Amino acid sequence: MIEKMENLLEIKNLHATIEGKEILKGINLTVKPGEVHAIMGPNGSGKSTLSNVLVGHPAYTVTDGEVIYKGKNLLELSPEDRSHEGVFLSFQYPVEIAGVSMTNFMRAAINAKLKYKGEPAMSAGDFLKLMREKRALVNLDSKLANRSVNEGFSGGEKKRNEIFQMAMLEPSLSILDETDSGLDIDALRIVAEGVNKLKRPDTSTLVITHYQRLLDYIKPDIVHVLYNGRIVKTAGPELALELEERGYDWIKNENQ
Amino acid sequence: MKKSNNIFKKIADKAYKYGFISNINTEIIDKGLNEDVIRLISSKKNEPEWLLEFRLKAYRYWLTLEMPNWAHLNIPPIDYQAISYYADPLKKKKSNENKEIDPELMKTFDKLGIPLEERLALSNTAVDAVMDSVSVKTTFKEELREKGIIFCSMSEAVQEFPDLVQQYLGSVVNYRDNFFAALNSAVFSDGSFVYIPKGVRCPMELSTYFRINAAQTGQFERTLIVADDDSYVSYLEGCTAPMRDENQLHAAIVEIVVCNNAEVKYSTVQNWYPGDAQGRGGIYNFVTKRGECRGTNSKLSWTQVETGSAITWKYPSCVLRGDNSQGEFYSVALTNNFQQADTGTKMIHLGKNCRSTIISKGISAGQSQNSYRGLVRVAKNADNARNYSQCDSLLLGSRCGAHTFPYMDIHNDSAIIEHEATTSKISEEQLFYCNQRGIDTEEAIGLIVNGYAKEVLNKLPMEFAIEAQKLLSVSLEGSVG
Repeated sequence: MIEKMENLLEIKNLHATIEGKEILKGINLTVKPGEVHAIMGPNGSGKSTLSNVLVGHPAYTVTDGEVIYKGKNLLELSPEDRSHEGVFLSFQYPVEIAGVSMTNFMRAAINAKLKYKGEPAMSAGDFLKLMREKRALVNLDSKLANRSVNEGFSGGEKKRNEIFQMAMLEPSLSILDETDSGLDIDALRIVAEGVNKLKRPDTSTLVITHYQRLLDYIKPDIVHVLYNGRIVKTAGPELALELEERGYDWIKNENQ
Repeated sequence: MKKSNNIFKKIADKAYKYGFISNINTEIIDKGLNEDVIRLISSKKNEPEWLLEFRLKAYRYWLTLEMPNWAHLNIPPIDYQAISYYADPLKKKKSNENKEIDPELMKTFDKLGIPLEERLALSNTAVDAVMDSVSVKTTFKEELREKGIIFCSMSEAVQEFPDLVQQYLGSVVNYRDNFFAALNSAVFSDGSFVYIPKGVRCPMELSTYFRINAAQTGQFERTLIVADDDSYVSYLEGCTAPMRDENQLHAAIVEIVVCNNAEVKYSTVQNWYPGDAQGRGGIYNFVTKRGECRGTNSKLSWTQVETGSAITWKYPSCVLRGDNSQGEFYSVALTNNFQQADTGTKMIHLGKNCRSTIISKGISAGQSQNSYRGLVRVAKNADNARNYSQCDSLLLGSRCGAHTFPYMDIHNDSAIIEHEATTSKISEEQLFYCNQRGIDTEEAIGLIVNGYAKEVLNKLPMEFAIEAQKLLSVSLEGSVG
């Protein structure tokens, strides 16, 4: 029971720069297993930087602070090991990889994870079965699974494909970076339903978004407002609604 | 993006699996090249007079030539007197006439994954194993002979089928063709001879494995394949060499004759030692490969996966002489570290209604230079010629080069020629995307490169395709840091 109470993720005084420019200026954030946190904020506040730093994007440099994930120093792990440990990022702009089929890509990902855990590779039959199961969760067309990674996918298909990969990899911490951007309302619903179906009591989600509308579907337990590289406000779901109504200016004014 | 720029910085030597040296008693003739050396080679092989004359003519012509310098290659001067032109790993044991194979030699080929005992052989593949200047063993010779198929070393063919050899040798690649063709014609040693009689579909894959072992020697392979009317053969070629700091020369000629309605598929997985990460050592692979579709409705298909050699100079070509004949060239050429490759093809349309296809995929990493050079020629009477060329280049990092030199020489208005070319880079965002999904950078590059080369790899026979896939990934080891 005590273990259940422990934090999944603990970010302390996190500072990070890109090309010498400081973007994160002391983030503090604690996520417990099972929680859904929304991180909202105006453009340029550091939302995407936070998600990229958590998954170890090489363009960003952490200059101060620490991130403890499952009791480990997350910042010391390589990006692939963070993935193996269950950190997943649904990219805002999923990149296309010509010539690599989704099937081969996912197979490499799953087998890399199994190898990390010291388990034998999955048989082709089991793997394809898993693909079929998880595809159904996000209504991903079987044709897409045979195409190259994200190549020629529509905006909605790309996002659905992200959630499909999340379903395949079963992460403990999912970071959804502006997953709602570029989605029409139907696509948004499908993606959100997929996320909700994947939720388990021991997994947590960070929903990074500019707008409230995604939060109509993925209900957050806690809402944070990120502004100018710091979390300036933390409250319950009602905060998201307030932001929807009032915009971000009052936050900016309060933090001048 | 400071940190991410380091992704492509190579840190380690590539892992070359075949760089070992075997301790085999080998008779190596003195270094140097002159008419006496050519006479010596010819006499060692007990050749008929006409063949010695052929060699001497070629040698005398070679003396008048200068090394070509039109390729996009930086070739250090080669001292042709510092090379030994004949090394025989079967000799030295005069004890029995039986030519018992040195067990060390058998072990070497086992280690290379080419077992020479038929019971251990790769399924449905006959092998001619050539080490240095000599064919060590040819498997399944007798079984093939029952169907009238001749598959043996060139030296053996000269003894047993001199008329066939004399009829076809030099008929596709004349000794005057180019500098290295003249050199090869003067000093060539073993390679394979294949004759598929009329109406026979060769029931197995035929293959030759070339191994260089002895130091300071050159290998001058000569292969001749004749597919008579209505026949079919698929032929594979592989090669490796020890890791040494000195460069070694491999100058080969492969000639193919394809008669009416016949089809030949020729596949190469070229994995000569490429030199180390600093560009020291490696094989100079200067090769003339050409096939002639002599008959109507004949078809010749070249597939090559080139990952080895310090320098590659090679243009497997098709002369489409017969009406309705088809030529194909599928190539993946990968260069890493300081490797240089200038490779491509020539499609010479002479007959009517001939079609040719060129798919070339270049991959450059490290500080390597990779060039595609191709010629499509349509002669005046070659009505309705059709060519499709696609030349893609993939760059890994910013210190390598990819170049494309397509030539077209069209003398007939009915020709339809298409040419497409692309250049792309593996982006850091692609690699990071893979990393985030748990796939490390080297594996990610392997995935992307194999995906890129898929179209060509699919043309290889199954087992070769799997080998080639692994090879592409291994050859890029150390290209990321």
